Amino acid sequence: MDVTDVAKVVVPLPVVLPLIAAGLTLALWRHARAQRIIATAALSLVLVTAVVLLVAADSGPVVVDVGEWGAPVGIDLVADRLSALMLTVSSFVMLCVLLYSLAQGVADGDEEAPVAIYHPTFMVLAAGVFNAFLSGDLFNLYVGFEIFLAASYVLLTLGGTGERIRAGSIYVVVALLSSIIFLVAIALTYASTGTVNLAQLSERFAEIDPGVRLTIQLLLLLAFGIKAALFPLSSWLPDSYPTAPAPVTAVFAGLLTKVGVYAIIRTQTLLFPPDSRVDELLMWLALLTMVIGILGAVAQNDIKRLLSFTLVSHIGYMIFGIALASEPGMAAAIFYVVHHITVQTTLFLVVGLVERRGGSTSLDRLGGLAKLAPGLAILFFVPAMNLAGIPPLSGFLGKLGLLEEGVAQGTPLTWALVVGSVVTSLLTLYAIVKAWNKAFWQTPPVEIPEGVTMPRGMVGPATALVAFGLALTLVAGPLYSYTERAATTLLDGHTYVDAVFPDGSDRGQGESSEVAEDGDGS
Amino acid sequence: MNVIDMTPSLVLVLAIGVLFAAGVYLLLERSLTRVLLGFILMGNGANLLFLVAGGRAGGAPIVGTTPDEEMSDPLVQAMVLTAIVITLGLTAFVLAMAYRSWQLHGHDEVQDDLEDRRVARHAARNAPAFEDLDTEESGQTLDDEAAEVHDETDGDGDGITDARLDVPSARGDRTASGGTPGGADGTDDAGTGQDEGRER
Repeated sequence: MDVTDVAKVVVPLPVVLPLIAAGLTLALWRHARAQRIIATAALSLVLVTAVVLLVAADSGPVVVDVGEWGAPVGIDLVADRLSALMLTVSSFVMLCVLLYSLAQGVADGDEEAPVAIYHPTFMVLAAGVFNAFLSGDLFNLYVGFEIFLAASYVLLTLGGTGERIRAGSIYVVVALLSSIIFLVAIALTYASTGTVNLAQLSERFAEIDPGVRLTIQLLLLLAFGIKAALFPLSSWLPDSYPTAPAPVTAVFAGLLTKVGVYAIIRTQTLLFPPDSRVDELLMWLALLTMVIGILGAVAQNDIKRLLSFTLVSHIGYMIFGIALASEPGMAAAIFYVVHHITVQTTLFLVVGLVERRGGSTSLDRLGGLAKLAPGLAILFFVPAMNLAGIPPLSGFLGKLGLLEEGVAQGTPLTWALVVGSVVTSLLTLYAIVKAWNKAFWQTPPVEIPEGVTMPRGMVGPATALVAFGLALTLVAGPLYSYTERAATTLLDGHTYVDAVFPDGSDRGQGESSEVAEDGDGS
Repeated sequence: MNVIDMTPSLVLVLAIGVLFAAGVYLLLERSLTRVLLGFILMGNGANLLFLVAGGRAGGAPIVGTTPDEEMSDPLVQAMVLTAIVITLGLTAFVLAMAYRSWQLHGHDEVQDDLEDRRVARHAARNAPAFEDLDTEESGQTLDDEAAEVHDETDGDGDGITDARLDVPSARGDRTASGGTPGGADGTDDAGTGQDEGRER
């Protein structure tokens, strides 16, 4: 039994395990310890599964028909290189965040009300995110989105304080709107093609009227753009994220926007034939997202808000890579996604520690932390420099790949983006250095409390993530070639389809004749 | 292979349009309850859109009870069912949030975000800089003054149009009786303004 056979069996586990864990933790809401063990075990198993898939997917996409129903009729889960990579990184990050939040919950002593609901919700969030990564079906992708969105609403308004309800209502309303847009896009897709299976869609979209196709493409882009916080659709993000508890903000910032980016990559490459107009639009959006996002960050005086704006800004890099629509560009974009999930989550977790040590996240009330807590200073400094893209860290490598390809394509627009990327990178450095100077170097404007101990359980996961970020630099060679192979299969268009339909696209006929008619009959 | 009749029913299409229009309108409101109603309307609009996407309605899609050609598409119904369940859950959540907001603040209006409030504070702080020195003692700002001046000219402008279009009967005699247009204009306009004031 080689790794592919194992992989076939374990593909559904990333969705199933967290859901089971969610049910169990909800039933065991009185037993905080049992909840912790179950949640940690579930995410650890998912991480193992993801690594197995990462290896298996390198020799071809792993496809599982749920309930033994063939692809056009049944729903299938597909783990190709991109999915497996996203799954691995996100499950590792979520595990670290979970451990961090456990320690925080224990340290704060509030093991009662919020924590009882925290674990089930966190598990549901994980299931939704992983389902979105694995889905081979547009409607199942929508369901994945809804699962993690519903969980995110609960996590964002945890405790129901006034500020969280205010920020949460904006977040929820915007997310509801994007869901409706997504739903409309699916309905139009089904009306025009008669299927929602991604592999089948990639064949059928080529045959339908280009105008209808462009409409659906832009609708999907709009829905995912809201999720990914692309510039004109991004203003909800810096307002809603910072109010949540540190671990929640960390996992939202690291993962939820990237699920939007993943969905953009998946739909733009697999479903729609290359269209230079859409690429051009994406480039403009990428440029605006980068520059306007980082200008927002420069103006901020609170580390959490500052980081939220850099988050928006750096989404622009990934969109830049997607818009280049070439293998090197896509490879750099995927590499950047992996880097950014790690580094952004790390920074938010570390800021949680800063808040704990310094009593605030406002740069006007922090100071002298480098002296008071040198370990914390290192934990902040390394990912911060990584975010700004200082060589030789992984952020630099991702940006370098993007710039190289931008210069290689050499159109005026890509040159504008290259300049925009560099400017954004410098401004990120400026914003980060400003935060560093104020929080860690200036003489404290107000008394920083002495003798605050930071629980080892919180420092540990944060350190692990910092180390993981550094490890990304160390393994950058193999990782980058992996993302290059992922980009190749994404852009060649037939690998995914062949994996889902090994006997050609009429596999449904083997299942039942009525089914085939239904599938073809639009 | 038989082709599904995809001609949509006009009633459904109109209903979708109305639901979406009303939904968008409500979604732009400040009150969370109205936003929720807007979301429900739009959600139902999307559900109807799925029905249209499934082609013409037919019999129950069960082999044996309905001939193949007359079956309606079961897949869209399954998708609509899922969407309805999701909408239900989210509706419950938003209701809870609106209730919590009402508990805390006594209303369920979505507040301005931090940046908006900061901009508003900036504007308030900068307002004195724009005050005119002459009007400082009377407590009037340039803006207030401008508003008043604007009112007068507004009336003036209206007066002219009124004079030319609407009230020739009232003053037509005077103009006709030989007042020179250049000299008379000012007084005439003032008069019209007053006339107008009285009429209102």
